[in-house]
Amino acid sequence: MNILVVVEHNGTVMSTATRSALTFADQLAQEVEGEVKSLVMGAAIQGVVQETSCYSPVLVAEGDELKFPVADRYAVVIEKCVRDYNIEFVVAASTTFSKDVVARAAGLLGGAMASDVVGHNLQEGKLRFRRPMYAGSIIATVELEGSPQVVTVRATSYPPATPKERTCEVSTIPGTTATLPDHIEYLALESKQSHRPDVAEARIVVSGGRALKNTEDFEKIVGGLADRLGAATGSSRALVDAGITPNEMQVGQTGKIVAPDLYIALGISGAVQHLAGMKNSGIIVSINSDPHAPIFEVSDYGIVGDVYTLVPEMMDRLNAR
Amino acid sequence: MKILVPTKRVPDPDQRVRVSSRMNDVDSEGMSYILNPFDTIAVEEALRIREKLGKDVEVVSIGVGGPGYEQDLRTALAMGADRAIWVESDERMDPWNVACVLHAIVKREKPSLVLMGKQAVDDDSNQCGQFLAAQLDWPQATFASKIEWDDQRCRVWRETDSGIETVMLSLPAVITTDLRLNEPRYASLTSIMRAKRKTIERCELHELGVENQPRVNLVHMESVSTERKCVMVDDVGELVDRLRNEAKVIT
Repeated sequence: MNILVVVEHNGTVMSTATRSALTFADQLAQEVEGEVKSLVMGAAIQGVVQETSCYSPVLVAEGDELKFPVADRYAVVIEKCVRDYNIEFVVAASTTFSKDVVARAAGLLGGAMASDVVGHNLQEGKLRFRRPMYAGSIIATVELEGSPQVVTVRATSYPPATPKERTCEVSTIPGTTATLPDHIEYLALESKQSHRPDVAEARIVVSGGRALKNTEDFEKIVGGLADRLGAATGSSRALVDAGITPNEMQVGQTGKIVAPDLYIALGISGAVQHLAGMKNSGIIVSINSDPHAPIFEVSDYGIVGDVYTLVPEMMDRLNAR
Repeated sequence: MKILVPTKRVPDPDQRVRVSSRMNDVDSEGMSYILNPFDTIAVEEALRIREKLGKDVEVVSIGVGGPGYEQDLRTALAMGADRAIWVESDERMDPWNVACVLHAIVKREKPSLVLMGKQAVDDDSNQCGQFLAAQLDWPQATFASKIEWDDQRCRVWRETDSGIETVMLSLPAVITTDLRLNEPRYASLTSIMRAKRKTIERCELHELGVENQPRVNLVHMESVSTERKCVMVDDVGELVDRLRNEAKVIT
């Protein structure tokens, strides 16, 4: 069985989430006696191609037309690659990139797709995938009909792959960029630069909720504690809606899914949609002024109190050492 | 100009969902249903586009599913949609098959825009809009947080993992909505009354030339317990001490 991993990158390096997709693909390859190839698309991507070749053979689609991750173009390249190389299985990490691009490719390939897979097994020769539904309160086991099949995996469920000792073959896909669609014009990406780690990849995440009144307080309380711990900052939906935090910080059912070793929830009540994004974290700590806040039910440690007084105290304690 | 707004009926996300005794569906006993929140945002956005561009914009809401859909289509009509189409089907339909139904309706209705939720909060697949755009070979903009109308084009702000991306789409197109696109209106009593007189056209899959051919077979469902035994500590000194020496997650 030929397996294709769609590589997500920022032009310079492969995303960590893609390395989780590579782990899934490698496991699958062992179970079904398959072979893994990776597809790298973009312009001026030599660095990413070289990095990817440390994990699997690489197919490269390169050209100015592929400079930006525009869904209609990328999907066509994936489709062509699947047909030309007899790919039976397309794999990617579950991120906004693949939700946009890979789902569209699946639409060109017949629609056998399972999103956000957290586990899999082989039963009577058929692959079964486990995926969360209803904000993660239910895990469904599904089988896909037809070929090729497309799967996006949740990065927190598969560890990132480690590079192999030898680099693998790199080949360029011929003639991919000639007839690409031209209906989506990419204009800009506005990204909040942060000196902190990415919330989806950090070992410790400090998250803030409704208790934080404005951006300055968020930065002082949540950001302050995060910096003491070398942590990333996250946010509940309420703060993003209120314009206090940027959307890429949102943790939850419709935001990012995280599973750090330590998750600290500051003034977050614990709506089921938020829990969906963090409940698989190693240790969960909550500080909330409401002793009945549902967040305590999913926490390992809790303190009832005001984050405005408790968090500065906590920072002092951490400094004291 | 016509805007199609596909809508899904989903269990109210504020209630606890249980798995049925047959372990392959949720227990619908006593469950209340709502319009998928993302689809409600799509209806609202279509109405705002109509308010901006004027009366010759028609907003058509579509539902694909069993009994009960009528009620949810009435909700969309009460919000202000001009008419609704209800494709009646009792079968479980996966995103691919819903996209096939929508594809058939698009062929018939010839809209300039399909506006729909980025995902339904029951199965959380986030696929249907992308499948439809692929089938139609139309441009797509997923996870829209702002839409600006520019003659025959649309400027869309998209919420991505790395920030806000802006794209320009030529029409016709498929746009899927994110949470921050707008705040949907509540229907007034008079508009609810008026909605009762609006048309809901019914049709069946075979009339659209569509056959339900599952791509995703649901084998099994199980509930997940998220509860932990929470140690309530009295002060931050104890908390820091426990995190260092008991949980060993900080140094």
